[in-house]
Amino acid sequence: MSVSQAAAQFERQYAEYRRSKTVWTVLFWALFVVCFVVSLVVTRFDVVALVVGLPRTTDFIVKMIPPIGWSTFGADVDEWYWGIGKWLNSLLNTLLMAYLATVLGTTIGGALSFLAARNLVKSYAVYWITRRVLEIARTVPDIVWALLFVLAFGIGPLAGVLAITVHTLGAQGKLFAEVNENVSPLPIEGIRSAGGNWLHEMRYGVLPQALPNYMSYTFWRIELNVRSATIVGFVGAGGIGHDLFTSIQLLYFADAGAILLIVVATIMAIDMLSERFRHRLIGKEQLSQ
Amino acid sequence: MMPTATEIEALRARLPRAFSPSPQERLRRVLVWGGAAALTVYCLYRFGFFTWNFADGVLKFGSVVVAQLFPPTGWDQLPMFLRVMGETLAMAFLGTVLGAIVAFPLSFLASKNMMPFRPLQFGTRRFADLLRAFDYLIWALIFVRAIGLGPMAGIMAIAIVEVGTFVKLYSEAIENLDRKQMDGVRAAGGNRLQIIRYGVLPQVLPMMVSNTLYMFEHNTRSASILGIVGAGGIGFLLADRLRAYELQEACLIIIMVVLTVYAIDFLSKKLRERIIGDGHRPQVADDLPQFAEPKAK
Repeated sequence: MSVSQAAAQFERQYAEYRRSKTVWTVLFWALFVVCFVVSLVVTRFDVVALVVGLPRTTDFIVKMIPPIGWSTFGADVDEWYWGIGKWLNSLLNTLLMAYLATVLGTTIGGALSFLAARNLVKSYAVYWITRRVLEIARTVPDIVWALLFVLAFGIGPLAGVLAITVHTLGAQGKLFAEVNENVSPLPIEGIRSAGGNWLHEMRYGVLPQALPNYMSYTFWRIELNVRSATIVGFVGAGGIGHDLFTSIQLLYFADAGAILLIVVATIMAIDMLSERFRHRLIGKEQLSQ
Repeated sequence: MMPTATEIEALRARLPRAFSPSPQERLRRVLVWGGAAALTVYCLYRFGFFTWNFADGVLKFGSVVVAQLFPPTGWDQLPMFLRVMGETLAMAFLGTVLGAIVAFPLSFLASKNMMPFRPLQFGTRRFADLLRAFDYLIWALIFVRAIGLGPMAGIMAIAIVEVGTFVKLYSEAIENLDRKQMDGVRAAGGNRLQIIRYGVLPQVLPMMVSNTLYMFEHNTRSASILGIVGAGGIGFLLADRLRAYELQEACLIIIMVVLTVYAIDFLSKKLRERIIGDGHRPQVADDLPQFAEPKAK
């Protein structure tokens, strides 16, 4: 093949590549524009409402921080945080809700995760049913669980704890099951050959390998559950979300701002603490980020 | 050869630390686990798990709530439910797209290698963190009060959070750029615009599209609950039916939401695999962590 032939072949292939690429790009953009227009129609997107509403939103947000003067700093903050005792109590409730739900959800989900690992159970039926149960618990959002539990247990933190517990057990069960499926089978075989039963195999063969990952997932879950616990109060399931919901509904913006500040500070503090714990427990190199 | 019991005893006496942790370590463990257990029991007590009210609730949950959920009914309203489900998806789509459009230019400001003026870069990052720190539902509550009930509030709530998320994800992608391709374009005589077009965009665009798709998938879930506070979408119908004890209709809605979420997850995963090969998942605040695969020994 001469050089000119090779060049011609390259040109041909390159042109073809360009053509197929253009077709894909056009298709992609066409699909995108169709979706965009349909979405605008379906949601009755209203630019006027947006233009009118956005300044009002910023207005709300500005009103969330009441005027604080330098000379009267203490008194102003004191007045802003008039409900600090009540709010801190709600915050404590929120944190304890998250803690309890994490403990309960992780315990139950962790126990189920052994039944949801393909390599650890012989019966396919047990595996399949456990997987589906975990899936339902996880896919239904925790706030929907909260609505359901409020119906049965009434308004209050109990419903919130149960809602977050159910969601947590679904998520933890799945994640732990994946960890379990990745363990090395050699220790399990060793224990079996030494005469151990199924529980022994799980306790001495699987658990030591999987525990570091369990721990990091659990600390991560605490962060997520603190966020959830601040939200479930919107539907009456206890915690600081309830105070926040009422203050915004009643347009008490300064209160809402004060509570939001508490919530954000708490979430950031928990995130930092939990990250530190995770790194200390399993070493930085095991986290991909 | 198996060691005899006496040999094991001798070893245990000689090397106690090899068989059990030091007393301090054991004390520490007892304190940590004991403290955690005590706190758990206290919480159970505090939230009323040891009361008749709890027992009543369990019975009621079984006999009233779960028993009345099935079988799902309200099939005559299915067309309406489907329309609202479509509205939910549209909210997720528009919110994600609006967020991405606003975040795209901001993400260049927030990248260390694109923005030499450090305070602005740092400020943009922290601003994005702040937007992301509040949950969708909190933003939705605020927007419902400001723009009124309906899907607009939901779209804005999603868009605002997504600006925060995308600025973080995009700027991370930009900071991971390979300089060599930019240098190559410059060496071939490209101007600043050409450097961005041929040196930067081809590297970051697949990652950005993939991240955006992933967040759309994620926002389908969020959009389906925003209606609970009145911000449009299927959540409004769900909360309405649940509060009116129309549990069987609520069940139908829940099933629809779950199926839709599955379908979107599946489609988005397939598309993302097409775009960047592996099933890369960006890490966002309220999402699962990604760990290195445990090494198979």
